Amino acid sequence: MTQLSRPAPTTGRAESPSVARSFRTGFLQALPFLLVLVPFALLFGVVATAAGLDLAQTMGFSVLVLAGASQFSAVQLLSDHAPVLVVLASSLAINLRMAMYSASLTPWLGRAPAWQRALIAYVLIDQTYGMAIQRFERQPRLTVPERVAYLAGATPVLCLPWMLFTYVGATAGQMIPAAWPLDFAVPITFLAMTAPMMRTLPHVVAALVAVLSALVLSDLPSGTGVLIAAPLGMAAGAGAEAWQSRRRIRRNG
Amino acid sequence: MAGYSDATIWLVILALGIGTYLIRWSFLGAVGDRAVPDWAQRVLRYTAVSVLPALIAPLVMWPAATDGQPDPVRLSSAAATLVVGLWSGSTLSAILAGGVVLGLGTWLA
Repeated sequence: MTQLSRPAPTTGRAESPSVARSFRTGFLQALPFLLVLVPFALLFGVVATAAGLDLAQTMGFSVLVLAGASQFSAVQLLSDHAPVLVVLASSLAINLRMAMYSASLTPWLGRAPAWQRALIAYVLIDQTYGMAIQRFERQPRLTVPERVAYLAGATPVLCLPWMLFTYVGATAGQMIPAAWPLDFAVPITFLAMTAPMMRTLPHVVAALVAVLSALVLSDLPSGTGVLIAAPLGMAAGAGAEAWQSRRRIRRNG
Repeated sequence: MAGYSDATIWLVILALGIGTYLIRWSFLGAVGDRAVPDWAQRVLRYTAVSVLPALIAPLVMWPAATDGQPDPVRLSSAAATLVVGLWSGSTLSAILAGGVVLGLGTWLA
């Protein structure tokens, strides 16, 4: 490696080799995620255009919101003519999990400059979080600049294609025949995102309670059922987890 | 888009963008190193698995495209997505499975 033989930079602010290496590692490790992100972004472009959004609005979602599931849900609820407040409440509820991401990265990145933390917040999607937390926990001795560099390397690979392929989907989507059952793209996508999350009993309980409540409440005005069904599911999941940990304590104690 | 003015759509995009940013920034930007209470962590953990399936459950059972009648093609597609997703743990494989069943079913019907 030629970089290792070069003299260390003399100015304090120049990139040290380890920071550059962290950046490169983040970039390379993010590449496989393109397999998922690209088709997903294409699909959003197609679905949003089919629902009647114009190109600028479709891009507005992918650039300003930058959160796949909530973008799909907002478009779905808008096609159902749900009230604006219902669209916002449901779609923001989907993104509440990112508060958990934010909380769990804080011990690792809390000492980075405020402007860097503000930028990281903008690009904190499922994939950047997943990569970051794995890397930081496996390599706990990384410095804060190395951690930030890792994210800076991964982010362009993950976020720019999301925007680019939304554009491709939105422009190419108009060529898709009307007979194609695109209405079912969102249900398939959400099922496919949820199924791999069923890792523990409380997750299954939460999903089942939410689904059954949503079916029972489906006669309510469009989009409002989920505002009751989802909190019921969340409470059931949290309750099941509390019950499990109490039982574990009792058995061990 | 039918039923909404362009300004309303942009309002939704901006509000969702700002709200989502504030959620992401919350702990990282404002809370700092203080600990997150247990009950909050517990509830946040189950938001995605509750909201996502609750949103689509009625769309799977009673699709608008078939006037609210349960549709064998869409039900099979949903079942394939779920089974492959649970078995493989991969979102992409699950989407492909559901898409293939939906496409084949629509083509055969």
